[in-house]
Amino acid sequence: MPIQFDGRARRLGHDINTDYIIASARKKETLDGNVLKQYLLERIDPAFAASVRPGDIIVAGRNFGCGSAMEVAVTVIQAAGIVAVAAESFSRSFFRNAINNGLLAVECDTSTIVEGDQLAVTLDGATPAVRDLTRGGRWEGASLPPIMQEILGAGGLVPYIRRRGSLTGDTRRGATGSR
Amino acid sequence: MLHRQTISEKILSARSGRDASAGDIVICRVDHVIGTDASTPMAIDYFERMGGTRLFNPERVTFAFDHYAPPSPSGEAFHARVRAFVRKYGGTLLEVGEGISFQRAVESGKLLSGDLVVGADSHTVTCGALNVFAIGVGSSDLAVAMMTGEIWLKVPATIHITLAGNRAEGAGAKDVALALVKELGSTGASYRAIEFFDPLDQFAVDDRMVLCNLAVEMDAKAAIFPTDAATRRYLAVRANQYREACNADPGARYQREIVFDVSAVTPQIALPHAPDHVVPIAQAIGTPVQMVFIGTCTGGRVRDFREALEVLVRAGERIAPGVTVVLTPASREVEAILTRDGTLARFAAMGAVVTTPGCGACCGTGGVIPGDGMTVISTANRNFRGRMGNPNASIHLASPAACAAAAATGVIIDPTLLPAAY
Ligand code: SF4
Repeated sequence: MPIQFDGRARRLGHDINTDYIIASARKKETLDGNVLKQYLLERIDPAFAASVRPGDIIVAGRNFGCGSAMEVAVTVIQAAGIVAVAAESFSRSFFRNAINNGLLAVECDTSTIVEGDQLAVTLDGATPAVRDLTRGGRWEGASLPPIMQEILGAGGLVPYIRRRGSLTGDTRRGATGSR
Repeated sequence: MLHRQTISEKILSARSGRDASAGDIVICRVDHVIGTDASTPMAIDYFERMGGTRLFNPERVTFAFDHYAPPSPSGEAFHARVRAFVRKYGGTLLEVGEGISFQRAVESGKLLSGDLVVGADSHTVTCGALNVFAIGVGSSDLAVAMMTGEIWLKVPATIHITLAGNRAEGAGAKDVALALVKELGSTGASYRAIEFFDPLDQFAVDDRMVLCNLAVEMDAKAAIFPTDAATRRYLAVRANQYREACNADPGARYQREIVFDVSAVTPQIALPHAPDHVVPIAQAIGTPVQMVFIGTCTGGRVRDFREALEVLVRAGERIAPGVTVVLTPASREVEAILTRDGTLARFAAMGAVVTTPGCGACCGTGGVIPGDGMTVISTANRNFRGRMGNPNASIHLASPAACAAAAATGVIIDPTLLPAAY
């Protein structure tokens, strides 16, 4: 089933590392996304968190989510109500964490997208895409391997594993088999 | 028929049971699973929500209390969570003071050539120094690995790096690693593995760990050394089991081949606020510093502290007024060796602060936090704004020798310029 999110572009630059998304010094106090979301991207713009509206879409340049593999960088973005991230490229650990949590991450040219543009982000089969409804233009992302499609389709790694018991589907390894 | 394989292809083929090439998606059996106090609390959440009822093999799962060491009250709460989990499901727990998770894995002698290591810390890649494929993941992948012993991976294409030429006097592994980060840039190895090739005699296992560690700052998925005499020497006193080298086949296919001239590398420094913002230290000379941090998974091993001490001794064995020097051994073993040989006592006598083994001041979760407007020079791997817990401080990254030279003089200076021993 195709996935589609419509929302407002929130424009960021290159090399946004996970410490900038949420500082380690903040997450040492709590891992609760609903608390941490008030500090989202505070290093980039202290006013950002307060300006996020549910359904917003982050649009970034190269190497989004580089640095620490901390997964809270993804869950804080989700807690803030952001539904998708489009970037010219992602750090691999962030990309994995995003898909694992059901956050749609599209790797495509974002250079002409401007803050506030109305976007439609879609995943149809293997192909993610971003459409700029304000300015025109559509960009397809690199196609997702079947396992990533399945994880996203299931709503993330938690429901995916819950259902299968393990990645291979061999339930002896996982949750159900041990009972 | 197996094709000619890179080290990564070999390991991921063996662990997935199929002839895997770069680009293939494989589900692998994992040899070692590592979590930290920063990543495990969330992983426990995922584990429970996934319906986990046991660890796939408690002997192969380790949790380390390294990021919150010593812990704040909230850190204590994270630790309590992990302790309760270990009581219920098993696994090895490395308590506060035992050291950095994957540093301990390397020291343990349990990592064997050809192993697949999954750690929920980006710098887990450091284990590649011992000819293993080690990958850093988040908490959800950690949870799956804890529960099932599995991970899915895209077999990476490989960058083949030959470290050619003899290292120049005064240029250490950290300088070579920083120069490589500059050469490849922050995305230079995205989605790829880096494999290092001969001649490697001049790089001991500790040096190799530095090179693998900083590969993460080029976004490498893994960084791997072959097994050679240095690997065997390192493991001889630690491992009670051996496995044949897992080296690349001649004729394996690489996505890119780089011959990196090590002899041209001079002391380097990464300027604030990016690890790839690297220049020869000559270009930063004279910048006053107020804090020097020697430690972390990049620069917190035995030879790092000895190298630093040697520089300070040359400069009169005193710390410049107004400079706070913080030392954090990467592990209990490092601390013990440096205690026995008197290194730590000599630093303490100069007024340095020696803290609990672990991550220390590296990422602002435990340890000393620099003040507003402070300039720091550190042996770590990341200098993002706010990395050490204060966005109003600036962090420089350099070798232990350069950090010690700054401690002695109060300014950034090329350590080779300090006077020879009195
Ligand atoms: S020392 Fe720093 S970089 Fe290394 S594991 Fe700890 S926090 Fe991460």
